[in-house]
Amino acid sequence: MLTWLFEPGFFSNSEVQMALGIGSAVALVSAVVGVLTVLRGQSFAGHALTESAATGGSGLLLAGVNPFLGFVAGAVAGAGAVELIGVHDPRRRDLATGIVLGLSIGLASLFLYLETTVSATTGATQQILFGSIFAVTSSTIPVVAGFGAGALTIVAALYRPLVLSSVSGDLAAAKGVRIRLVGLGQMLALALAVGLSSIAIGAILSTALLIGPAAAALRFTRRLSLVMIWSAAIGVGTTSLGILLAYYSADWSGGNGLPVSFFIVALVFVVYTGSGLAGRRERSGSRTARPPATVQEAAALPGTPAAAGTLAAGPRTSGRRRQGR
Amino acid sequence: MTSGRPAASAGAGPLPSGSPLLELDGVSTVLAGRVVLDEVSFSVGAGELVGLIGTNGAGKTTLLRTILGLQRPASGRIRLAGVPVGAPRLVGPNRKVPVGYVPQKVLLDPDLPLRARDLVELGADGERLGPRLPSAARHDLVDELLDAVGAAAFADFRVGRLSGGEQQRVLIAHALAGRPQLLLLDEPLANLDLRSGQEVVDLLHRLGVERRIAVLLSSHDINQLLPVMDRVVYLAGGRAVAGSTDEVIRSDVLTRLYGHHVDVLRVHGRVIVVASPDAVLDHDEPGEVAAPAPSRAGS
Repeated sequence: MLTWLFEPGFFSNSEVQMALGIGSAVALVSAVVGVLTVLRGQSFAGHALTESAATGGSGLLLAGVNPFLGFVAGAVAGAGAVELIGVHDPRRRDLATGIVLGLSIGLASLFLYLETTVSATTGATQQILFGSIFAVTSSTIPVVAGFGAGALTIVAALYRPLVLSSVSGDLAAAKGVRIRLVGLGQMLALALAVGLSSIAIGAILSTALLIGPAAAALRFTRRLSLVMIWSAAIGVGTTSLGILLAYYSADWSGGNGLPVSFFIVALVFVVYTGSGLAGRRERSGSRTARPPATVQEAAALPGTPAAAGTLAAGPRTSGRRRQGR
Repeated sequence: MTSGRPAASAGAGPLPSGSPLLELDGVSTVLAGRVVLDEVSFSVGAGELVGLIGTNGAGKTTLLRTILGLQRPASGRIRLAGVPVGAPRLVGPNRKVPVGYVPQKVLLDPDLPLRARDLVELGADGERLGPRLPSAARHDLVDELLDAVGAAAFADFRVGRLSGGEQQRVLIAHALAGRPQLLLLDEPLANLDLRSGQEVVDLLHRLGVERRIAVLLSSHDINQLLPVMDRVVYLAGGRAVAGSTDEVIRSDVLTRLYGHHVDVLRVHGRVIVVASPDAVLDHDEPGEVAAPAPSRAGS
């Protein structure tokens, strides 16, 4: 059975093993950090960091150093730049983010141009922007393990303050949460996740692995802990399946395998689209299950003219609003 | 208006007897060069319900944020149970006296993956670091609070999809989960219809009586609070007068506060503050002014 699915030697193929291991680890970190990123509405910041990750990766490639370290360094530097320029006001924050993003792409294009023309590295652009997980060597394991553990530790430590401040900054501040510091921690975790997923599917596409599983998981369930588990499962599942499909695509396409990134991103898209249907069912389910508590309470109240007036208007309008969503 | 309650200044638990829970002394706050609060002084005793009344822009929100430590006063002193409230120290529960806060506008995303009970739970430990361990005591506290505010029926629904009145109850439970001795609410009645507003007023009144929690809530309309208020702080142009409603809601007192002639009319148990010749100062909508007083006595 397994030999029918997987050709003999599949799991002993160290290239594939390495890709599956690194890919799963990276997907796990991205999916978990991604949930908080989506919750806090920082998808755009996440995207900007992918660009600075590309800058870092291409820069180190040009310098002749392992580009994987460059992804992480670039993303962290980008996060620092956004935080330095950026401010609390969301609109000005988006501007700061956009400007960092522009500079990053410009630098990346310069580095990649120099790399391909001066050093004549043919696959440079493909490797940096779209990933090269089958080229990952064992020297990358400590990088992934270390930074991955770092990102997950930050998320675990700041979990409650992060969630509360994403619900409402005022509520969090009133409870004494240091909002700015918590935000910095989240940015660092985000930068690490972006840097790591650049290794799997390239800098440009790393947002997909960050945002996609989280966004899909958020449609499945209304419990945050379950959202985390769903997101991790979707991330690891799509990445592993993508690696598998890319490995086999060499057989279908006659020689050259198709890029892993394409398969992963396509699978994430399919899951996200599918989750929309599942999410719609969950929403309508919650609507019918809702007890008419307000109506009963309203009926039990003494019928002053004012109360009677609101009884007619209040609960029904709020119910309609809920159904509309 | 002390409505037969035990003496409000008697003090609960650690409070030295006789000293108020919250004490403001000549507090001024400047925002962007504008004096928003001008030498505001008043105090709130343990278990008291005090209304903070004023028109839009009178400085009610700034006053509450200043008390919370989210806004630094330019001068003056604020003491909570005798301890000065300083600049916001930004980590963890940093006050000796826990303060609960319900902000005016909390825009909850309807798709937020949090049930009402999750938001209440964050009120108990949302500022703490590290992963949360399961706790039966915390679970019971959350259930008890949801019950106390009448939110048990929708405890398991996404909090962002609840109606305004339902969210208000959940936010009050969230604030109570921090076991506060003082609860600050910013315009909790603003977006509620009369009936929901009355229920929230009754709930807050009950908290003071049953749990000895002092409540300071702002409102631009005094009338819903009249039956339950122990004292009133009336804000106009950043200045404040405090006292019982009979002491404060008077033509001569408010005329001095506003700096021009103001009439106080009492009609069917309702108070209407009118500037001469005919401007209605407390932002009652015309329809609401004409409505009869809430028929249920508050105490």
